[in-house]
Amino acid sequence: MNEPIVDPVRAVEQEPAFESHARLIPGDSVAGRALVVVIAIMTFLACLTAGAALLVADASQAWRSDVLREATIQVKPRTGVDVDGVVAKAVAIAAKSPGVEAAQALSKTESEKLLEPWLGAGLDLSQLPIPRVILVRLRGQRPEDLPKLRAALASAVPEADLDDHRAWATRLGAMADAIVTLAAGLFVLMIVAMGTAIGFATRGAMAGNREIVEVLHLVGATDAFIAREFQTHFRRLGFRGAAIGGFAAIAFFATASLLSFWWAGSPGDAEMAAMFGSFALRFSGYLALVAVCVIVTLLTGFLSREIVMRHLKTLQ
Amino acid sequence: MIRFENVGLRYGTGPEVLGDLNFSVDPQSFQFLTGPSGAGKTTLMRLMLLSLRPTRGKIQVFGQDSAALSKNDLTTLRRRIGAVFQDFRLLDHLTTYENVALPLRAMGREESGYRAEVVELLRWVGLGDRMNASPPVLSGGEKQRAAIARALIVRPELLLADEPTGNVDPGLARRLLRLFMELHRLGTAVVIATHDLQLMDQFGFARRLVVGGGKLTILDGSPP
Repeated sequence: MNEPIVDPVRAVEQEPAFESHARLIPGDSVAGRALVVVIAIMTFLACLTAGAALLVADASQAWRSDVLREATIQVKPRTGVDVDGVVAKAVAIAAKSPGVEAAQALSKTESEKLLEPWLGAGLDLSQLPIPRVILVRLRGQRPEDLPKLRAALASAVPEADLDDHRAWATRLGAMADAIVTLAAGLFVLMIVAMGTAIGFATRGAMAGNREIVEVLHLVGATDAFIAREFQTHFRRLGFRGAAIGGFAAIAFFATASLLSFWWAGSPGDAEMAAMFGSFALRFSGYLALVAVCVIVTLLTGFLSREIVMRHLKTLQ
Repeated sequence: MIRFENVGLRYGTGPEVLGDLNFSVDPQSFQFLTGPSGAGKTTLMRLMLLSLRPTRGKIQVFGQDSAALSKNDLTTLRRRIGAVFQDFRLLDHLTTYENVALPLRAMGREESGYRAEVVELLRWVGLGDRMNASPPVLSGGEKQRAAIARALIVRPELLLADEPTGNVDPGLARRLLRLFMELHRLGTAVVIATHDLQLMDQFGFARRLVVGGGKLTILDGSPP
């Protein structure tokens, strides 16, 4: 029984203009708009978390790199010892040591100034045995060069102690890693919360569009076809929410970057710079935020399809 | 084409609403399903469409036992059946054109391939100027015709129509019945549920399946 009941040629000749191919799942509903808002907020928060983690990771990398490229030699003053001579000797040994780019001793005044944050300014510290500090700039981060320098100092200048800052760098790194891990955990939690919201919304949409699902079944639509329609519907909602949230997050980081330039030199700027660097996401950071939006969109479509397929399997 | 053997249906633990149904719908046959309101005509139509499962007995559709059908098999079989529902079951957010094209769209066909067919059929049922209207603004008769067009668009091997002329004027009712007859002539088996005696009398040759008291009586038609 495949004989046409109409004449397609005649129909084409007289075909009028009309609209067609509407969405099978109605797009503009209260539940749909609510889901867009939820996804937008969750995407914004997920992007903030991801961006903050990237800033901290970048800043931590910069600290570690700076700290590990420097070492400090401390010369403790002893009675009857010519401190300036010992310092000059230590500087000479350090300057000749392999892997050392430069060695520079701080003057007595400069060494005393280092104590100002703790003791306050305007005090006469001349009577105190304040250690003298030599800054050693290393060519790279080659830890094997430092034992040689340490051994040379120990034999020639016993008053000098070499601090390679590694313990400090390790603690800073551990703190930064903890922050990044926490941010990753928060990011995962937000994605899970978003997935749960999408799940509820999909089940709600299935219940609200039960009549449509029934009619589609009765006119010979497969479960895959119906699930595809729901997937398209929810991917569209997911895209709208992710685009709004992602755009807001990108605008936030771009604005924060601009403001950090304006605030440069203000009180507290140094602490913020230490924690977040210049507060400027790199281009790859912005790409990561776009990737979060794409993942949210795909996740929304995928989850809704899975939920619809499971639901349809339970229908008789 | 469709074969019922000792079929019975009850809802939950209630009494059987239909019982001991034994009949078949042969290819290229034409029959009316009749009986008083509430007798179970729509229920029997739903059993034939496999949207209800019997609580006992066996239903064969196109040679396949309905109890052994997978969901995919069921979908494939439904594509060979056109159904007109008493409550039309049109989707309100789609236009008349989109509603009629729905079975073809569900089959995965491209719109460019079926547009002409849908337009022509809509013109044929008198809805050529209502293609962009959505069901809430259609009259009862227009909805009826849209529902019929949707059932016919797939050129089904079996047409199940539940009160297809209930909301149309006598002139259009005759036109629609002529369309059903034309389909029958082209090889479609037709089952029309109605309690319009006058309508049935116009087609005296057609077999009558009479539902009453939960049972089915078959009255053969007179030779044309």
